[in-house]
Amino acid sequence: MGKNVLVIEDEPNIIEAISFILSRDGWSVATHSNGHDAVGVVQAAMPDLVILDVMLPGKTGYDILRELRSEDATQGLPVLMLTAKGQVKDREMAERAGASRFMTKPFSNAEVLDAVRELVAG
Amino acid sequence: MVQQTLAGSRIRERRVMAGLRQAELAHQVGISGSYLNLIEHNRRRIGGKLLNDIAQALNVEPSLLSEGAEAALLAALREAAAETEAATPELERGDEFAGRFPGWAGLIADQHKRLRSLEHTAATLTDRLTHDPHLATSVHEMLTMVTAIRSTAGILADTKEIEPEWRNRFHRNLNEDSQRLAEGAEQLVAYLDDAGDASAGMTLPLEEVEAMLAVHKFRFDNLVNATPDELSAFVAAQAQLTSDAARDMAMTVVRQLRADARLLSLDMLERQLTDGGVEPARIASDYGVPLSTVLRRLAAVSDDMLPMPLGLVMCDAAGTLMLRKPVEGFAIPRFSGACPKWPLFQALSRPMQALRQTVTMTGREAKRFDCYAVSEPIGTIQVNVAPLYHSYMLIVPLEEAGDAEAAVGSSCRVCPLAQCEGRREPSLLADVG
Repeated sequence: MGKNVLVIEDEPNIIEAISFILSRDGWSVATHSNGHDAVGVVQAAMPDLVILDVMLPGKTGYDILRELRSEDATQGLPVLMLTAKGQVKDREMAERAGASRFMTKPFSNAEVLDAVRELVAG
Repeated sequence: MVQQTLAGSRIRERRVMAGLRQAELAHQVGISGSYLNLIEHNRRRIGGKLLNDIAQALNVEPSLLSEGAEAALLAALREAAAETEAATPELERGDEFAGRFPGWAGLIADQHKRLRSLEHTAATLTDRLTHDPHLATSVHEMLTMVTAIRSTAGILADTKEIEPEWRNRFHRNLNEDSQRLAEGAEQLVAYLDDAGDASAGMTLPLEEVEAMLAVHKFRFDNLVNATPDELSAFVAAQAQLTSDAARDMAMTVVRQLRADARLLSLDMLERQLTDGGVEPARIASDYGVPLSTVLRRLAAVSDDMLPMPLGLVMCDAAGTLMLRKPVEGFAIPRFSGACPKWPLFQALSRPMQALRQTVTMTGREAKRFDCYAVSEPIGTIQVNVAPLYHSYMLIVPLEEAGDAEAAVGSSCRVCPLAQCEGRREPSLLADVG
């Protein structure tokens, strides 16, 4: 497909696994592992989709997402949010922050692939 | 002070039954053998903490020593009857029941005691599981490992043709993540194993500091003249402090309590306590010291100088509890936010104003306490810069019953108080609606 995905996640082995399955599916994958400068990295890369973990060093995924949604350039950027908390209130928090979709850990590779394909196609 | 005409005789009887020499029991509770001898011959009054300590050392209820076996059993039955909602026992025939069926009465008393212990464990565990930041982080770590393992295993299982380099890499990742997961699970199990005992399971620096303070009974009068190096060596030598963070926090607290001891010596306090009992504002005014110093000092010396130990709790401007000296009957949460109705938090909105409020702690025991609170600025005062405040609350147990006062809880999650405007989350212990 040749489309670009930026994965913002601090766990190296999760990054490696997601990068592998997305690359095999034809995606061009870039990664970043801390939240402190993540907004700037997204704005510089302008990917077709961001996969964003909630718990990041330096800044939470929620704060990063709110900043992205406050900027014109990234307001409509598809963002798939990953979190270990799956309660209704966490889903609602992700929606309020502006997540396009919310996925709880642990997730399957197929779930990630399906979500990425749908979000970019949509 | 409880009636104790024959308390000394009962202590002697129980000590002999336990096979303890006088010197052994005296050592266990921190008094001299000669003093214990006086107590056992009913020549010295005994009550409060010392009575509790002796009862604990002899493995009996304090009321058994102060009032005798039958009185202790009757008291337990009355307590069980007062706290049951499912039945309506005939209270006026309780002594008849205990006299005719002592075995069954003892069974009811034992089961009531066990029920209270289990409720306390449940409340402690709930507090920990809901609000423990260390637990939340540990669980998140484990879920992250599980996610990595699941994704990696899925790749190895579902990818038909995978380069050897990638296969080896993913096998290595699986191995690493499964080891981390196993270690995390072991630590979590060990951590939760200690959760039922509110005094164990110390992993947070603040908990280690509080354990160290408890060992020293919050008193560091012996360090009044210590040099900075001696003070550092003292803190470094405390076995309860296992991390630099705990030692740093302990140093701050010890310095504060030592400064309090310098401002308010034991002699100064003894004169005040002999004259008028616990009146913190008067003590602060008479000696020209901050009220917070008096509150901390009274809590620190209460175990040895007052009939009952006093509690103390401190919070910062955000309402986060920073220091706890527990007192029986006044539950102070370890992790979750405390009851917003405590005078401790009211003092934050009225800096430098001394507050006193009599409160009833909700729950099965419903004990009454006089709470003295004050918040004072910290750090250097700067022009046009709003200061930060620390708030302190001294908790004085009351024995006599009185009119209904302000009802307060420990934390919302374990408070049964219905229709409380301060409630921020549902309670597990009552249907509050």
